[in-house]
Parts: sequence; C-alpha cells; structure tokens
Amino acid sequence: MTPLEPPTAPKAVQVADLSVDLGGRLVLRGVDLQIRQGEVLAVLGTNGSGKSTLIRTMVGLLPAARGQVKLFGTPVPKFRQWDRVGYVPQRITAAGGVPATVAEVVSSGLLSKRRLFRPLRAEQRAAIDHALEVVDMADQRKDAVAELSGGQQQRVLIARALVSDPDLLILDEPTAGVDQASQAVFSEAIRERVARGTTVVMVSHDLGPMDALIDRSVVLRRGRIVYDGPPHASQTHAHVHPHVADEPGWLS
Amino acid sequence: MFELEFMQRALIAGLLTGLTAPAIGTYLVQRRLSLMGDGIGHIAITGVALGLLTGTAPALTAVLVAIVGATAIELVRARGKASGDVALALLFYGGIAGGVLLIGLAGQGAATLNTYLFGSLTTVSPSDLYAVVALAVAVLVFAIGLGPQLFAVCQDEEFARVTGLRVQMLNLLIAVLAAVTVTLAMRTVGLLLVSALMVVPVATAQQVTRSFRSTFATACAIGVIACLAGIVTSYNADVAPGATIVVLALAGFVVAATAGALVRRRRGVRAPLPDEEPEVDVPEPAPHVVSAGHPHAHTADCGHPKVEHGDHVDYVHDGHLHAAHGDHWDEH
Repeated sequence: MTPLEPPTAPKAVQVADLSVDLGGRLVLRGVDLQIRQGEVLAVLGTNGSGKSTLIRTMVGLLPAARGQVKLFGTPVPKFRQWDRVGYVPQRITAAGGVPATVAEVVSSGLLSKRRLFRPLRAEQRAAIDHALEVVDMADQRKDAVAELSGGQQQRVLIARALVSDPDLLILDEPTAGVDQASQAVFSEAIRERVARGTTVVMVSHDLGPMDALIDRSVVLRRGRIVYDGPPHASQTHAHVHPHVADEPGWLS
Repeated sequence: MFELEFMQRALIAGLLTGLTAPAIGTYLVQRRLSLMGDGIGHIAITGVALGLLTGTAPALTAVLVAIVGATAIELVRARGKASGDVALALLFYGGIAGGVLLIGLAGQGAATLNTYLFGSLTTVSPSDLYAVVALAVAVLVFAIGLGPQLFAVCQDEEFARVTGLRVQMLNLLIAVLAAVTVTLAMRTVGLLLVSALMVVPVATAQQVTRSFRSTFATACAIGVIACLAGIVTSYNADVAPGATIVVLALAGFVVAATAGALVRRRRGVRAPLPDEEPEVDVPEPAPHVVSAGHPHAHTADCGHPKVEHGDHVDYVHDGHLHAAHGDHWDEH
C-alpha cells in the first residue's frame, strides 16, 4: 500500500522529544514519532490524552515547550510550504457570522497557493469543483454552509483541505458526530488520496469505515505514546472506550 | 438643496461612508465582533477631544487615537482570549470619559461634541473631503483586494494559519481599517451611531443572501442608500443626520427580515424536506473478546508493558492488549 520512497526522502512528519504545555499543564510529555511519506496513521486515545494537542502542534497552532516537529524535514516554525499540508480542524460547524457558500469556504483552501490582490485562476476554479465532486457535494456548491447538515459541513471542510492537492493530510476527529453516508464518502475520498501517495494523519475516537485504510496506529495516554504499531480491530474500537465490568450487555 | 456646497460635500462623504462602513462591517460581523465598531467609536471621542484641546484637526487626532485603540483591542483579544470583551468594555468607558473630560478642559461646549457624536451636515470642510476620499479609497482597496484572505481569517482563524497566512497581521489590518472607517463615518453618522452603519446593512443583507460575496455587495448598496436618503431627509426635516440614517437602515432591516421569512416559508412549502436518513449511528457495545489459550498470567512485574485503562491495567503482549477478567484474559 505504501509506495516505495528513496531512502533519502525526508520523513513527512518527525516529532522528536515533544512536550507541550497548555496553561501550565504538560499535555504532551516527550513524544517521539516518525511518519513516512505515504503512511496512513491513526492517533487514538481517550479525551484529554493529548491527541488533538499532538496534531495541533504538528501544524504549528501550538508552540512546543520542548523538542520539535519537522514537516518534510523543516522545523515547523520555519516551514513555509503550507500548500503541501491539508488540515481539517475539529469543528462543529463550518459557518461564520455571515452567510457563505460551499464553494466560497472551499476556496479558502487555495490561499496557500494564491498571491495577494489576485482573482482565482481558471484551474483553481476547476480544483474547487473537483474537490467538491470528491466529497459528493458538487450539487450544493452554491448553498449556504449554515443550512447544511453536520455531516455535509464536515465534508465541506474535507474538500477545503483537499483542494490544494496536499502531500500531507491532517484530520482532527473528522468522523465525530457525522452520519454514516458522510463517513462512507470520507473514507472513499481518503482512499483516493492514499492511492496517490498522500500521507494521512487522523485523530479519532471511532474510525468507522476508515478503519480499513489505516497502516499504523498510535495510542496516546496522558500525553505519552503507549502503543505504536499495526492496528487491529480490538484496538480501534474497544480499546479507546474505558468500560466498567458490569456494563449492561457485557457477556461473560 | 443640491446646489449648496456643504450639501454636495456631505453627500459625497455620505456616499463613501455608506460604501466603506458595511464593507468592513461584513468582516466584523463574520468574526462575530459586531460591537468592535462601537468600541472604536467611543475611543475616537477621546481623539476628537484631543484635537479640540490641542488645536489640531480633530479628524487627524481621531484617526490616530482610533487606530491605537483598535490595535489595543485586537492585541488584548489575541493574547488573553477570555478577557476580550472586558477589554472592549474598558475601552468603551475610557474613551467616552476621556473625551468628555478633555472637551471640558478645552472649554468647548456640548454643542461641539454633539456634532461629532451624532453627525452634522455642515462639518465636512473642503480639506476634510479630500482626506475622506483618500481614506475611503484605501479602505475599499484593501477590503475588496484582500477579500479572500480576510474572509478566511474571519471564517476560520486556525485554518487560515495552517494555510500560511499571516493571521495576526490581517487581524490588525481589519482593526486599522475599522478605525479609519469610524473616523470617516464620524462626519455623517457620528461616533455613537457609526457601528450601526457597519452592522445593520450586513444584518439586512443576510436576510436574503446566501453567499459572502453577495452579502458584501448588498450591504454596501444598502449602506449607500441609507446614507444618501438619510442626509437628504436630515436636511429637509432639520434633524441630526446620524439618527436619520440609522433609523432608515433599521427600517430596511425590518422590511428585509419580513420579506426573507416569507420567501423562506414559500420555498419550504414548495420543496419539502427529503426523507430524513438516520444521522448518527449508535456504536455497538464493545465486544467481549476472550484471549484464546492464554497460559501466561500477567502480574505487576511480569515484564510486559503496562497501560492504565479506566479502572484496570492492560498488558501489552505481542502487540495485543490483555486485561484480567475473572479467571481469564480479555483482548482489549
């Protein structure tokens, strides 16, 4: 599944001895993680385990207290090739205080490639249309995002991340609160990217249909990596949900 | 009335105010900072008073003090998120109290202050007009030319940062543009009502629009109509132009909100909702997987890595996680 890469190719993501401090509390403690180009990695863990903090630090939204993150061999504070990164933040809604159409929101994904004071070029418009087709939202391109369902809004955010044709896709809880039809659309969109060699890092509680795409999973607990290796079904489901012994429906 | 030179100047200033205030206002509303224009307006009162006290042009001191205040609001908002609205409140009170205090020291009466608070047709001098035109053109060039960038920052600041945009700079740019717009609008609507002209046309436009671009354009058109109609009415009825403009804009909002509700209802009747599909799938309860033939009994010092898991401990064993469950081991 993973395309061959020359041994000299820089790793897509290198996390070295990373600690992150949020308001005086160490949320990540000495995390080491190397992600090869083309790899599909799931970051799992309970709420508060540091999953989102890890990927928010990867994309430069949070500063590292110690250690560093490199994207394609460049430390994040100096990284400038943001058009190689597609990011899907954890969101409940894609809407702002003023109406905006699906196509307008997706066009924001092209800003890393646009110069100031220039209109969209024809091939950029085509890229927006293509990204909307990938997430099966082409018919709604002129609809206001605020009027869409939660799953459809999440699909718009995925299209916004895909529109710049990124080499590295980072998704924070893309399937949270999303209906099954949309989950199937996502996993198809991600599968297509993976086939083209895109590196994918996603945080999730429940991978759903994307389970089959994962090459490797990392489990975080209290800011440390406690498992790093091949995924297996028991882990993606049962493992991340703490349960009590006398839970109803518990077979024994 | 259109032959009167002061009216021509007032109308040109009104036209530019009607265009620029909703243009910047659209970004403020999108960021859910509708009251920022109000905060800047209050700070600008201190600027005007400073000008009157020192004998400098009030428009100049107002624009400078407003830019300083807007930058302060923006920096406080960016650094300490929770106290953003408190900072805005402090600047509100500081601005208006400082203004009244300085005006008192300057020996100017309430009448002078009133022309800045609620606008006046006769305060636009010929030299003012050149400044208004230059500043308005600058605001519009940035608000339209950097539209895609400003839209992204106001829509989703975190995403904008990950596209490599210089978000802090763009936020400051919005604050400065808002400050300049406030001082432009000071002449026609006045400092206390300027924010209404930034917000009300946007609120009106979004009753009937679906896209950001059409909201922006419609809000500017509504702003221009309200300003020009308000100035003409103000001349004929001899009332303060600011209040007239805002009352007209609000009347427009009421009409648009009613019309918008009717249109939506009719559209809803014609196109009923498609059959609802189940939105959320209920996750299956975690299966109870008993580890097949697990002779090894994990203990605290058996050498397998231990992982805390809720109320018990899992042991990492050949890439699996094992947990004690009664007399056997479960796969976790």
